[in-house]
Amino acid sequence: MSAPWSRFVADHIVDLPPSGIREFFAIVEENPDAISLGVGEPDFTTPWRVREAAIFALERGKTSYTNNLGLIGLRRAINRYLHSRFALEYNPDNEILVSVGVSEALDIAMRATLNPGDKVLYHEPCYVSYSPSIRLCHAEGVPVRTRAEDGFALDPEALERAWTPGCRALLLNFPSNPTGGVAGGEVLERIARFAVAKDLLVYSDEIYAELTYDGVHQSIARFPGMRERTIFLHGVSKAFAMTGFRLGYACAPKPLIEAMMKVHQYAMMCAPILSQEAAIEALTNGEPDVVRMREAYQRRRDLIVRRLNEAGLTCHMPRATFYAFPSIASSGLNERDFALRLLQAEQVALVPGSAFGAGGEGFVRASFSTSYERIIEACDRIERFVDSLVVRA
Amino acid sequence: MTTLLKLLLEGESLTTDQMAEVLDWDRAAVEQELARLEADCTLLGWRPVLHPNISAEKQVRALIEVKITPEREGGFDRTGERIARFDEVESCYLMSGAYDLMVVVRGGNLHDIANFVSARLASIEGVLSTATHFMLRAYKEQGFLLSREQRDPDKPAVSP
Repeated sequence: MSAPWSRFVADHIVDLPPSGIREFFAIVEENPDAISLGVGEPDFTTPWRVREAAIFALERGKTSYTNNLGLIGLRRAINRYLHSRFALEYNPDNEILVSVGVSEALDIAMRATLNPGDKVLYHEPCYVSYSPSIRLCHAEGVPVRTRAEDGFALDPEALERAWTPGCRALLLNFPSNPTGGVAGGEVLERIARFAVAKDLLVYSDEIYAELTYDGVHQSIARFPGMRERTIFLHGVSKAFAMTGFRLGYACAPKPLIEAMMKVHQYAMMCAPILSQEAAIEALTNGEPDVVRMREAYQRRRDLIVRRLNEAGLTCHMPRATFYAFPSIASSGLNERDFALRLLQAEQVALVPGSAFGAGGEGFVRASFSTSYERIIEACDRIERFVDSLVVRA
Repeated sequence: MTTLLKLLLEGESLTTDQMAEVLDWDRAAVEQELARLEADCTLLGWRPVLHPNISAEKQVRALIEVKITPEREGGFDRTGERIARFDEVESCYLMSGAYDLMVVVRGGNLHDIANFVSARLASIEGVLSTATHFMLRAYKEQGFLLSREQRDPDKPAVSP
């Protein structure tokens, strides 16, 4: 008889549903030869100049803890970078905190600012950790659907309708994983006015900012009244292909960073020093690599979106990220069956949209972070699969 | 730089049809653009890049520093072009610094290269001296790393 281990596990963890993506990962692992369009990270290797900087740091014996906030050299580099790319400015001494990826930054931001029972508005479909992270703070998530017809931007009116008393914060992720949706200046301006009117704290995860293909990325922190109520979250994972370095950062007014620091210093101490040294190189000299990768992603995006639409899966043009988010409504299947049957029949792995929340029903996420050849082959197979469904119907 | 050229320089070996698909062009348009790039000598040709240590035809390569006398009309060009025409010469550049031409030569063995340098190169009118450096091992060949980074087997096939 197995031990009732749940008596040792906290109730809110027992109640926390496992990630839908985790379940699908296990299924795909049984099909190692499948072409995977399920990867949520760059297929490029970290640029050598960045890896070399990490090696050099190791050779120099940089193996210690750092300041809890991160190396001052890195915080200065972050400030210079944000200023030149996004016209944002933060004091490196006390308005920037270096974290272990954006995931940690978001976690400590919420833990430092939410009280049990607080409500957090967030848009869905969204990155898999948002809803669980809110629940881990004993807070309540208030999802707002984004829609394909809006390019998966957040409709300010829908946001206003979703607001109820007790909403204290708003979690934004533009450009968005999994939809590739972005929020343009007009939408951001309206969201900003709403946040000010309702006195909301805004967590803004902008990790895909550099992978914007159409237009220029704008941060909500730049809008009137927003800097003082925004925790800007960013990192080097996506733009510089450094996911394994686990290096993110949060920027916010000093009192908020101090509050986050309390959690960070006890839970994490500091981000790994080698990753911090590598990030200095990336932020200071890595722009040509970002341009090269972004151009390749953009060509892949144009290719996959065209092919998915030709295959009969309506797909909006993502203006950023490396994800296409086509509707599979025309197949007559739900997203989970579509993904499972496609994997079984044609050995192509996509992620069911419902893994990203209820708003993802009827969609799948197709990452184009892979070679042209594999995208073409995967699209040929998807087309064949969709045709077979139509024939059978 | 044209879109097609950027695509080619990414280094993925694509067929003409695949290039057409990626760029959303007709196959004929890709062929036409390739022909144009070849005609204006932007694209000099197509050759496989062989791994120097693995390719079946093991060859020896040497880098030769050549000092030459410039001519009143034509400077270094006539001699440079004359040297470049030898089949043994893989590439030939006019350099700044301590010598004038850097010539990369390929041969079946050391003797082939020694013969080429002494009998053909050094005897050309205007060549003052040569210094031959044999290449021992290659680490990167025309942009390709020879210690290929393998696809990381630990990288998950599906991730958030």
